[in-house]
Amino acid sequence: MFAQLAWRNIWRNPRRTAIILLAIFMGVFSMIFFAAFSRGMANGMVNNAIDNLVGHIKIQHPDYRSDPDISHRIDDPRSVMDEIRPELPDGSKIVQRIRVEGVAANARETAGIEITGIEPSKEKGVSFIGDAPIEGEMLEEDDEHGILLGAALADRFDTEVGKKLVLTTQRADGETQSRAFRIRGLYHAEIQATEKAYVFITLDAARKLVGNKNCATEIAVTLPENKADRALEQTVSKCKEALKPFNLSVYDWMEQIPAMKAYLAMFDMFLYIWFVVVFIAMGFGIVNTVLMAVFERMREFGLLKAIGMKPAWIIRMVLGESLFLLIAGCAAGTLCSLAFTWYVAVTGIDLGSFAQGVKMWGMSRMIYPAIDIGDVIAANAVVIVLGLIVSVYPAVKAARFTPVETMRQN
Amino acid sequence: MGDLKLAWRNIWRHTRRSILTMMAIGFASLLLVFMLSFQFGSYEGMIDASVRLSTGHLQVQAQGYHDKPEMRKVVKNPRKVMDALSRTPGVEACTARCQTFVLASSEDRTRGVMIMGVDPETESRVLKTSSLIRQGEYLSSDDPNTVIIGALLAERLKIGLGEELTILGQARDGSIAATVMTVRGIFKSGIDEVDRSTVQMLLTDFDQLFGMDGAVHAVVAVVHKLTEVGEIKNTVMQDDALKGLAVLDWMELSPGLKQSIQMDLVSGIIMYVILIIVVAFSIMNTFLMAVFERTREFGVMMAIGVKPLRLVKIILMESMFMTGLGLLFGMILGALLTQYFAGAGISMGGAADLMAQYGISGRMYPRLSLITLFSGPILIGVVTFFTALLPALRIPRLKPANAMKAV
Repeated sequence: MFAQLAWRNIWRNPRRTAIILLAIFMGVFSMIFFAAFSRGMANGMVNNAIDNLVGHIKIQHPDYRSDPDISHRIDDPRSVMDEIRPELPDGSKIVQRIRVEGVAANARETAGIEITGIEPSKEKGVSFIGDAPIEGEMLEEDDEHGILLGAALADRFDTEVGKKLVLTTQRADGETQSRAFRIRGLYHAEIQATEKAYVFITLDAARKLVGNKNCATEIAVTLPENKADRALEQTVSKCKEALKPFNLSVYDWMEQIPAMKAYLAMFDMFLYIWFVVVFIAMGFGIVNTVLMAVFERMREFGLLKAIGMKPAWIIRMVLGESLFLLIAGCAAGTLCSLAFTWYVAVTGIDLGSFAQGVKMWGMSRMIYPAIDIGDVIAANAVVIVLGLIVSVYPAVKAARFTPVETMRQN
Repeated sequence: MGDLKLAWRNIWRHTRRSILTMMAIGFASLLLVFMLSFQFGSYEGMIDASVRLSTGHLQVQAQGYHDKPEMRKVVKNPRKVMDALSRTPGVEACTARCQTFVLASSEDRTRGVMIMGVDPETESRVLKTSSLIRQGEYLSSDDPNTVIIGALLAERLKIGLGEELTILGQARDGSIAATVMTVRGIFKSGIDEVDRSTVQMLLTDFDQLFGMDGAVHAVVAVVHKLTEVGEIKNTVMQDDALKGLAVLDWMELSPGLKQSIQMDLVSGIIMYVILIIVVAFSIMNTFLMAVFERTREFGVMMAIGVKPLRLVKIILMESMFMTGLGLLFGMILGALLTQYFAGAGISMGGAADLMAQYGISGRMYPRLSLITLFSGPILIGVVTFFTALLPALRIPRLKPANAMKAV
């Protein structure tokens, strides 16, 4: 009965109800859309980072991370891969690479780069290079003299497809080795720093360059998209178990890029603070409206009390009214923001005008807002719970009116 | 005068409601003052970090050097350029610098590195590399043939203080330049890219080794006030000593920094606009109700000869009083809060590592300025004015006879 009474009460003044609903609607809408937008941005950053030769899981020599030198390599990577393959969920991809620091030079320019030996056909869907747009050609599997260069680096070297580039690095035996490569193609990456940092040659060519026929510096695993979150922890521990006999370390992506993990943690906190801030902004409106509604109806509350309604029931009725307002506003705001986000997510939001700033922070140019069900629940919970809490004040006011006093008014 | 008094009294007829409305406005403006100050403070921190670690506020270079740094593109007479810069008011200090890419080898490792030739006396006035030394000492002109190297590089080269570093590169004329240097110090800037790939040596050693013949690649200057950079740049460009040379400011030297500031500002502004809209809706109700409730009162006033427009004026005055008071309190509290944190700083917790990558320290210092103090509240003021205008404009449509009948 209280519910019915409360529901009817809020429609006794439709205009006031409509305005307060609009305020709640705006608040919830902006909370959810903003959350989806920034989460989309964060997801873009994470995916970019994982794509950037990180992968979900990585297996390396225990000392490679602190000192990425060929002496910290994985010998006989095949057998390691065979060992962990049965532990991975279906649809996982696994690649081996050699990554060593080196120097690239042509007649005009010299620069420090990272020489990355890959199996070109296997990188598809694993790292950015497998799917990057390439001017010229992708490396062939058995190409021992071909090299892929980032477009930005090629620009700096003033070179183009078909020309030569000399790579120098340190061999496994400590000697310095130089070899000439022919540029097969120029790749484009989301982040310019990436284009300047990596040159790609085939794994076989890299093995020759470092002078070790059967080695890799890392084995990277990419989990299938739908399992990336859930299966990660489990797969990592299974891999660790399987690799016990080898002297190797297994890292998940969060361990590989701790800064990103810290960023994500801060991001969640920031979002919830923002929710509360927006709530406070509309909270004043909620209190004010409910308070006005209460004061206008002093006489009514007095009367109700006079005919025997208990103060607690009045509190219940007033809280019921604001609960209805809050639920209606939240529902409308949630539905509309979901629809709007979904609509925007199809095309994505282009941050092209801030291209370089975007690149500096490792984000994608295109942002696809991502709805996280937790954010939606949090936004609604913040509004409804805090909304009810602030409504207690007007409700208690209403319950305190004494019949005689109020009925004298007006 | 009478109208003002009337408006003022009207506000206090509903003390509670008015105070709540003012609190909503005050809260929004407090938040805006603080957030904007925080943002601008962090930008200044970012710019300062970047400027003091590598680029300086201004650089004088040969035309085209910035886009394609090549050994042969030089500033031939750095002395003249530095004199010109020192003459310019607002310039704090300047220094000359050379840089090129070389192979650096320790006993059993070889890496490609960026080597910089710096003049320790002037350099330490411009940049703070000298304060980043973690082991050993900064370069000194009394101790030639020494280098300082980045901490990560030292790790990778497996080299320590007092050990020898072999340097192999190309001189200005294209011939081979090679020498052996002793490690005098190891520095750590916190920016991995710098710590992994930078070596600094004395400018005089660089000059000799690479046959620079007194020429340098850049003259780096810092100024007293960030806001004056543009002005100083223009003045400097007029100077005869700089004919044929390019003058670049920090925005051109690190465009990524400028754009990421813009991007952050835009996303900040989007947040503020959302906040202001939410506040506007939440106070619109109060303004609307204040008008609807008083239909009868307006009817009476019109009946006794008050012109409708005068009523509109009184209503607007009421809402402006409330807005003004709210803004005032918001600004005062916002300014106090900002000033408090400007002294204490705000710790960024877990994000500090991430920011260290970009050369920003883990503590942010909000910075109150006229812009951060007034721009938010003014925007709120404008929005609330229009929010209040909407209900007020209904008054002229009232007919006194009908209005007096209203409850």
